[in-house]
Formats: sequence, structure tokens, C-alpha cells
Amino acid sequence: MSRTKNMTEQDSSQTIKVKTKSKPITGVLVLLIGIIGLIFAIGLSISFGAADIDLMTVWSAVFSFNGDLTSHQIIQEIRLPRVLGAAIIGACFSVAGAIMQGMTRNPLADSGLLGLNAGAAFMVAISLSFFPGLSYQYFLFFSFAGAAMSTIIVFGIGSMSRLGLTPMRLVLAGAAVTALLTSLSQGIAIHFDLEQDLAFWYAGDVSRATWENLEYMFPWVLIAFIGALFLSRSITLLSLGEEIAIGLGQRPTLIKIAGFIVVLILAGIAVSMVGAVSFVGLLIPHLTRFLVGHDYRWIIPNSIVVGSLFMVIADLCARMMNPPNETPIGALIAVIGVPFFLYIARKGGKGL
Amino acid sequence: MIEHMSTSKTEQKKKRKFLMITAICFILLILTFIFSMNTGANSQSPSEVFQTLIGNGDRQQHLILFEFRLPRIVLSVLVGIGLAVSGCVLQSISRNALAEPGLLGIHAGAGLAILMFVSFVPVGVLNSTYFTPVFALFGALFSSFLVYRFAHKRNEGLLPMRLILTGVAVQAGIQAAMIVLTIHLTPERYETVAYWLAGHIGTTSWDYILALLPWLIIFLPIVYGKVRVLNILHLGDPLAISLGTDLEKERKILIGAAVCLAASSVSVSGSISFVGLIAPHLAKQLIGSRHEYYLPISALLGALLVLLGDTIGRVILAPSEIPAGLVVAVIGAPYFLYLLTKSNV
Repeated sequence: MSRTKNMTEQDSSQTIKVKTKSKPITGVLVLLIGIIGLIFAIGLSISFGAADIDLMTVWSAVFSFNGDLTSHQIIQEIRLPRVLGAAIIGACFSVAGAIMQGMTRNPLADSGLLGLNAGAAFMVAISLSFFPGLSYQYFLFFSFAGAAMSTIIVFGIGSMSRLGLTPMRLVLAGAAVTALLTSLSQGIAIHFDLEQDLAFWYAGDVSRATWENLEYMFPWVLIAFIGALFLSRSITLLSLGEEIAIGLGQRPTLIKIAGFIVVLILAGIAVSMVGAVSFVGLLIPHLTRFLVGHDYRWIIPNSIVVGSLFMVIADLCARMMNPPNETPIGALIAVIGVPFFLYIARKGGKGL
Repeated sequence: MIEHMSTSKTEQKKKRKFLMITAICFILLILTFIFSMNTGANSQSPSEVFQTLIGNGDRQQHLILFEFRLPRIVLSVLVGIGLAVSGCVLQSISRNALAEPGLLGIHAGAGLAILMFVSFVPVGVLNSTYFTPVFALFGALFSSFLVYRFAHKRNEGLLPMRLILTGVAVQAGIQAAMIVLTIHLTPERYETVAYWLAGHIGTTSWDYILALLPWLIIFLPIVYGKVRVLNILHLGDPLAISLGTDLEKERKILIGAAVCLAASSVSVSGSISFVGLIAPHLAKQLIGSRHEYYLPISALLGALLVLLGDTIGRVILAPSEIPAGLVVAVIGAPYFLYLLTKSNV
């Protein structure tokens, strides 16, 4: 007994040494490069499409808009909101993933794997079948409610046991909730002949981002981001282990509840906007952690930038691969996400 | 001497309990069978059913019973047995109470194969009734092979935990591929796939049963022949090795058998999950983990579960049908989550 205690103490002192290694200079560097890359990618993404528009026109359309030009209208009404939507959604997924991974000390936490997509899909199926013709805002609200519901179920079940949210438990709870809600929505879809509508929702679609929807979600996202930055120090401490966090004067339950609410808002909004996209929340935090170290005060802002950049590029690729058709963005991201998940699972869930 | 007598006494007690539970399961199965035979779009009384069964019914009754209801019931029972035994084996060899054929990517692989069949094989080239199960079988075998390959590490062998995580990852990948195929399909063609994914045992015939039977006839005895190995493996690796078991080899054979059972079942029934999880659990609670008893009881419970699921699905919203897979999932997922809160993973 005493030996194991000793060992854990040794372990944790070792992990402290490793994990407090943060790299502020790299952090700033990544942030700067990321922002420059993001601006460039946004410009590129706007200029690419069915109607070819060069980068100079993009510049003038954004900064000196002329309503008489078709190209300016295309940019302002279709491409700009879309690319901004992609950026915000990417940032939402990444920050939500980073917080989940830090809070639960779980390297496999990701909104898609935790059943959020299935929850949102379930409510989408319900709203399509029982309340057809709802306005788009209500539709978004439904899918947000579904995502929130499944988050609460998965985290609730995870924390109901005394061992807490182990990676395995979280993944299994997510898999079971996904299986249940997917078969329920499949049943509803068959009953109301909506199979393919649901499949389209599942495919993920960034083009749902319009100015109206962006205005709707932006304040929430902003509040959640500020909350996340505010929490980042506490999350760093929590990621060292609950006992250590308590010892350093933190209140884990409070932090967890606050973090959970932030995750709920961010992941819920992202899923309801874009559909079933997994793995962004898994990939980006790991990438930024690799780049800037284990301090969440750096991980979270960097996740915002890198996540936006990733999603904008993914959207661009989805449109470029087989024009004029769009490749489903969820599938495209899975091509990178699945091998990465396999890699982490093979490492045995270590390395956080 | 006294000790010996007492062990033989508990042994006898256990045997009696086993026989009793078996009998109860059989009775329940028969009751469900009778109920299932009677209900449906065209309701028939038990005596009519009986008359038809012994050959005194009119042609319409005969047609309904022998061509629609009976194959469906028999198939439900067989699928239940296959999935439950597969789940039993997987749980015992991984010593993970939450292992399930679906978690190994079997359902996902079969689903993708069926989607590919519907997408790439033009209508009328291959008879879909016969070839969808074949495709599904290969898909299921292939994806479980993939999971196995990815989870296997040369010097560590096969760790149960990694097996399950790998299964989840492969499933996610397959689902992404399915999305790409799905959005290119016409709604009518997609409908077949949707029904399959929901686990709908609606369109069945005796041919499906004939296709499934050989698999059960080959692999059930293999599994049952290994009850001693399963009992040992269940105790844990170190003990199993010290008792002289070639762990890797036995595990491979058993996983192979479990995969074949589940894949063949799923290929004819559609994606029915959670049976391989619930049936073994209930069986273990009823009879304990001696595989001589545990395997047959879970097989019976699995059969009962799928048959009940299918029957409930037919009755509850008649005339429209709810897929059996959905009914089972609605029962199974909460139970799984409950087990998860209790377990130590």
C-alpha cells in the first residue's frame, strides 16, 4: 500500500517536471505564424470557387465593397460568411477538445467520439419529422439541444463511477450513446422517409454558415472563448491531477462545471452548424500541445488559431478535390483523424 | 472425502439450476414463438396456426406462416444465438465485461460492404437477395481483421483494451467512408441500406436460414469444445499460462470463431447490436461463469432477445414495423451504460 503511494507520488512529481515545461516563445511564434497563415488561407479560400476570383478582387471586396460587381457580391454574400464560419467552427471544436482533454486528463476526448454528433443528429431527425418547415434558427437550436443532451449523458455516466472519467470509460460511454441515438434516429428516419436527409446532415456542410447564423452564434462563441481563456490556468493545474490542483488552492468541481459549460456551448454550436464532424477536437489540441507545451494558457489561444486554420484548409480541400461537387468535410477530416486516433490508442492512451 | 462429496453436491445443485433455467428459457421462447406466429398484419388464432402447421390450413394461411412468419422467427432465433455466443467468447477472452461484436467493427464493416454493393453493382447484375449477405460477410470479416491487425503489437500480443479502442477508431473511419458513398445514392437505393443499418429482419426467406446454418453448425461446436480453455482464459493470463495454455493460439482460434459467428449472423439480419452484450451478462448473473452452463444459457437468452425485439417491433406501431435492431438497442444501450457505471475499466 505504502509502496504504491510512494510510487504515485514519485510519478506525479515527475509529471509535474515534464508538464510545466511551457514554451512561451514558441507559443507566440506559432500564434503569429498561425494568424498569418489563417489570413492567407481565408483569402485563398475566398478566391477559389466556381467563379474564379483573384486575390486582389478578394481584397477590394472585403475592404472597399462595391455592390454593383457580381464578384464582390459573391464574396460578401456566399464566400466570406462561409470561410469565417469554417474558421469559427474549427476554433470551437479545437478549444472544446482541449478543455475536455485537460479537464478529464483524457487524450481521447473529442466531441464526435463522445456522442455529440449522434445526439445532434437525433434531434435533427426529430425536428425534421415532427416539426417540418421550422425556421433555420429553431433547427439549429434543436441540434444544439441534442448535442447538449448527449454531452450530459456521457459525462454524467462517466463521473458516476468512483474511478472518474477514464479514457476507456469515456470512449465506451460515447460509443453506447452513439449506438442508441443513431438507431433511434435511423428508426425515425425510416418511419418518416427521411433517411437521406439525415445522411446529408451527417456528411457535414460548412455552407450553412450565413451572416444571419454567424451573428446568432458569434456572441456565444466569444463569451465561451473568453471563459476558456479565463479557465486556462486552472485547467493546466487540473491536468496535473486533482489532488495537486486542490493542493494549489483550486476548486476542481467548480472548474469542471465551468469547463463543462464552455465545452457544451462550443461543441454544441459547432456541431449544430456544420453537422457530424469528428476528430478536429482530438487532432488540434494534440498538435498544439506538441508545439507549445503543456500550459493551457498557451494551448487554448493556439488551438483557436490552429483550429481555424485547419478547418479553413479542410473546407478548401473539400471544395477543390472534385469540383463542382463538394467532398463531405467530415469524411475528409476522418482520413487524417482515424490514423491519428489509432496512433494514440496504440500508445495506450499515454502522453498527455 | 467430505470435501469431495460437497463439491459434487454443489455440482449437482448447479446442474439442476442449469436445467431449470434452460427449461424456463425454452418455455419463454415457445411462448414468444406462439405469440409471434399469431400476430401481424393478418392475425390468426393459435388453433388456426396449429392447424396450419400440421397441414390443415388454407393456402393463404399456409403462405403467410411458412413463407413469411416462420422463416423470420427461425432467423431471429439463429441470429440471436450467433451473436450471443460471439459476445460470450469475446467477453471471456478479453476479460472485459463490455466487449461486444459491434465494438470490433463487424457491424460497421458489413454495413460498408452492403453500401458498396448498392452503390457499385448496377441493378439486376447480381441477385441482391443472395449477394448482399455475401458482401456483408466479407465486409465484416475484413473490418474485424483490420481491427485485429491494428490492435496487435508484436511483443505485447493482443491487449483487450487496445482491441476495443482500435475497434472504435476503425468504426469511425468506416462511417466516414459510408457517408461519402451515401450522399451519391438515390433515395430508393439508399432505403435498402437504411433498413439494413437499422437491423430489420423483414425481408427474409428460407434461403437466408440455409446460408446462416452452416456457420452455426461449424463454429458453435468449436466454441463449445473449448469451454475448458474459456474457463481458464477467464481467470487471467498469468494463471492461464501457468496451467499450460498456449494463450495466443487459443485466443486467435476463439476470436476467429466469434468473428465468424457474429459476421454471418449480422450479414443476414442487419445491424443488431447489444445482443452480444446483454445476453452473456444476464446469463452470467443467472448461472455464473462456468462456460459449460454459461454458453448455452446466453445462446438461449440471445435467441429470446432478438425474437422478442422483432416481435415487439412488429406489434408496437402496427401496421408499420420498427426494426428489431432498434428495439434491442433501446433496451440494450441503457443497460450497457448502467454496466459501465459499475465496471472498473
